[in-house]
Amino acid sequence: MDALIDLLQQNALMPRADMARLLDKDPAELDSAITKLEAEGVILGYQAIINREKWDTEKVTAIIEVKITPERDGGFDRIASRIAKFEEVQSCYLVSGGYDLLIVIEAASLRNAAAFVAEKLSTIGAVQATATHFRLKTYKENGTFHQLETAAERLSVSP
Amino acid sequence: MSIRIAEHVRDIPRSGIRDFFEIVQTMDDVVSLGIGEPDFATPWHIREAAIYALERGRTGYTSNLGLPRLRRSIADYARKKFGLCYEPLSEVLVSVGVSEAIDLALRALLDPGDEVLYHEPCYVSYAPSIVLARGVARAIRTRAEDEFRLTAAALEDAITPRSRVLMLNFPTNPTGATMSPGDLAEIAEVCIRHDLVVMTDEIYSEIIFDDGAHTSIAGLPGMKERTIFLHGVSKAFAMTGWRIGFACAPAALVEAMMKIHQYAILCAPIMGQDAAIEALDRGEQSVEKMRREYEARRNFIVRALNDMGLACHKPKGSFYVFPNISSTGLTSREFSMRLLSEEKVAVVPGTAFGPSGEGHVRCSFATGLDQIKTAMERMAGFVARAK
Repeated sequence: MDALIDLLQQNALMPRADMARLLDKDPAELDSAITKLEAEGVILGYQAIINREKWDTEKVTAIIEVKITPERDGGFDRIASRIAKFEEVQSCYLVSGGYDLLIVIEAASLRNAAAFVAEKLSTIGAVQATATHFRLKTYKENGTFHQLETAAERLSVSP
Repeated sequence: MSIRIAEHVRDIPRSGIRDFFEIVQTMDDVVSLGIGEPDFATPWHIREAAIYALERGRTGYTSNLGLPRLRRSIADYARKKFGLCYEPLSEVLVSVGVSEAIDLALRALLDPGDEVLYHEPCYVSYAPSIVLARGVARAIRTRAEDEFRLTAAALEDAITPRSRVLMLNFPTNPTGATMSPGDLAEIAEVCIRHDLVVMTDEIYSEIIFDDGAHTSIAGLPGMKERTIFLHGVSKAFAMTGWRIGFACAPAALVEAMMKIHQYAILCAPIMGQDAAIEALDRGEQSVEKMRREYEARRNFIVRALNDMGLACHKPKGSFYVFPNISSTGLTSREFSMRLLSEEKVAVVPGTAFGPSGEGHVRCSFATGLDQIKTAMERMAGFVARAK
């Protein structure tokens, strides 16, 4: 199963026939293994990794540190999921350290991002403070480099 | 004026791989399955550790035997990974790749005319290294039906009163053969009975598939005192260019090897040694990631070769497959040359690894899946036409 997850994480679009050969499984066996992972919620979805330098360049990404007051019942969960539900929020993590939630947002423009922080996020009662960091450049995302390292030359035949 | 070349050097044939390489070099767009090194760059944490060492100005000579810190890492690694116990300061020597360690061991052990036995098909340097050390090279043929394992019976048949050393290389380049603990115990028994020294080149020992475990003959009862355990960082850690190998052996033999090493080489480069410390101490995850990738590619290539009608056993280690191409009616060399000129796919003729490689070619799967896929498609077309 580890090897299957590896392959899906590297390239979920790899033809299933190739995947079956790499894993030494029958295509039918592979399909049912993937269906099972999906049904069990191990695989939550499949996404493309977009280079923002080349597509939708106006879009703004920000990483926001959020300090919140936990609730007597439920701790951080209710407030975290309330924040996560905003469609600007791409990722939302509860973290250890100097603040509580780390969220990643995407907005159509700088103005929209600022509005989200000022009007939506900061106004939630439990939010004590926020610190917003705008993305300037991406080097690596979800394990994928935005600029590929050029492959080094190897001898074409070697012992 | 023509300069006279020493006879024993002159008589050594050029490597069959070198010949083939020169032809491939003249062609464009060749998909090569002929490469005997990982397609991965050295894991970043290892490269980064080497950069850090350079920043601190670590650029000088080291002790002849290698950095003591590295020798401790080697001893720890050998103990944890293979259950072998060596005293780091007297039983470990750091060499310029395993190739140098092989040369040192042979030169330290052999008197002219002593015989060295080795299983064939095998790595290209074994026979020439033996001859250069003034020994007599005696190949023991291994067979596809035994999955290219060395059997105790074949070893016993090859032993003569002049036999001194047995060279082993499991997992094997080029066949991917591996030996079970039982197979090794039988070999060990013969070696003890005939008082043979064993040189065991275990450079592919981390690249083992199907949840298997690697056993070193050096760890079997009565073997440590007669065995030179040879290993290095080249294959498992994707560090071929760093040229770091090592030999672990009884102290008297390490001392003898060190005498040759100090006058010939002085020491292995310190940058490589610093990088090797990081690799051995903290490289386990990187190795496992690459190993899994090789295993998937092995599954792919073995099935593709068998589907096109070339019988190919499924190797349990290394990154090579050694399919039988005799059903095409071509020799190894004809097959490889025609595949290269007609389909621009490079594989290495089995005969480059000794005459007993006839009827086979070596395909390396230390190359990207896209390349392997293209090569298999082209090769299938070629085989269908040739049959």
